[in-house]
Amino acid sequence: MSDFLRSYLTVGIFLGVAVVLVSALLGLSSLLRPSKPTPQKSIVYESGVDPVGTGWAQSQIRYYIFALLFVVFDVEAVFIFPWATRLEAYGLFGLIEMGIFIFILFLSLVYAWRKGVLRWV
Amino acid sequence: MTTQLAVELAYWQQSILRSVGVIAAVLLPAGTIVYLFLFKMMSFMQSRLGPNEAGPYGSMQLLAEVGKFLQKEDLIPDGADRRVFTWAPIVVVASTFVTYVVVPFGPDAWFAQIPTGIYFALAVSSLSVIGVLMAGWSSANKYSLMGGLRAAGQLIAYELPLVLAALGVVIQAGTMDMQGIVAAQRTGEIFGFGGIGNPFILTQFVGFMIFLIAMQAELTQPPFDMPVAESELVAGYMTEYSGFRFLLFFIGEYATAGAFSAIAATLFLGGWALPGLDLDNNLMNVLGPVVLLVKILLIMFLVMWFRVTYPRFREDQLQIFAWKYLIPLSLVNITATAVLKVVF
Repeated sequence: MSDFLRSYLTVGIFLGVAVVLVSALLGLSSLLRPSKPTPQKSIVYESGVDPVGTGWAQSQIRYYIFALLFVVFDVEAVFIFPWATRLEAYGLFGLIEMGIFIFILFLSLVYAWRKGVLRWV
Repeated sequence: MTTQLAVELAYWQQSILRSVGVIAAVLLPAGTIVYLFLFKMMSFMQSRLGPNEAGPYGSMQLLAEVGKFLQKEDLIPDGADRRVFTWAPIVVVASTFVTYVVVPFGPDAWFAQIPTGIYFALAVSSLSVIGVLMAGWSSANKYSLMGGLRAAGQLIAYELPLVLAALGVVIQAGTMDMQGIVAAQRTGEIFGFGGIGNPFILTQFVGFMIFLIAMQAELTQPPFDMPVAESELVAGYMTEYSGFRFLLFFIGEYATAGAFSAIAATLFLGGWALPGLDLDNNLMNVLGPVVLLVKILLIMFLVMWFRVTYPRFREDQLQIFAWKYLIPLSLVNITATAVLKVVF
């Protein structure tokens, strides 16, 4: 296996280590902790009164527009990272190209701002 | 962590060494941060002297806390989605483990050499919010659900300043490899003066400040702790968790704090390197982790200092601060960095 793939195998190994460590700690805890379930203990907590309706209540998600904007800027970051590593080779040409790119993205932020999307509705 | 000797070992032997190393790398800074800052510093700064009583100078407090949580009953509410509920804390802890993969601890002391290091670290560090959302949704509790949603909204808003602040460093170093970024800082020069190298905190100070603020928000430390705001949401997404599962979220929170500080220390403070030391010496594989730990603690001191100083933001102020101030500022920062890099 190449070194490149092996470094990603290490990532997988670390995920395994995390799961094993957490399971071991929870196992240790299960040896020590008491277990005396009562109906009252398994009610969800709602400031001490009986819960009203189900837990999966409807709530207003105010920031779905922010999520859309996030996608725009995150994709921008994907483009800028490789450019940033090669800036020395591209020189002035690369600088102007990326300047235009960042300017257009900045305009999109200004547009969203002017449209009132960045307001808390 | 591998040393010069360990490079000659077989891959499975190296993997065992690394697994032990990553457990130390996750738990050691987390324990130190909790003991040093959360127990000692906060109790002095806020005149809450309780944590100084257990054992000499309060040194047994950490053991007492872990012992207490180990013995607490494990409760899962009736309506909860049990499988998602039990996996949520594991996802949060696991994201910390993979974040440490790319952090270099010395010239040969690394877990894995991934050429896109910083990019990888920023990507996997945001996995923890999936765990938080899982916890919030699966608890079948209204407070938990709102806490989870708030955490997601906060991560979305502050992920961008974090990434854009790191971009400034990538432009200066010309590489995404964490080891390369350390090398760029120790061989760098400031206007021809190379005595202390060029720690990027000097040339990327604006980036460092943006990174620190965004980091504070990503870690949901006060003043950005709306997802767990006690006075509004009880304990947010952790409301229904008890006993050791609650402690897992707590460990995850401070281990992630250590991981983010390690990344910040590598990006802006020169990582494991220190000016004046013979850096290619084999000894640096032992000294490097110590130097890095000291830098992690320096950054965590700043984070905890902000934490005890400022009151909590409002949710709308939080979003506006990210979108109207931090993101335009960081765009200006990377443009200025790029122009200066090409001109000089």
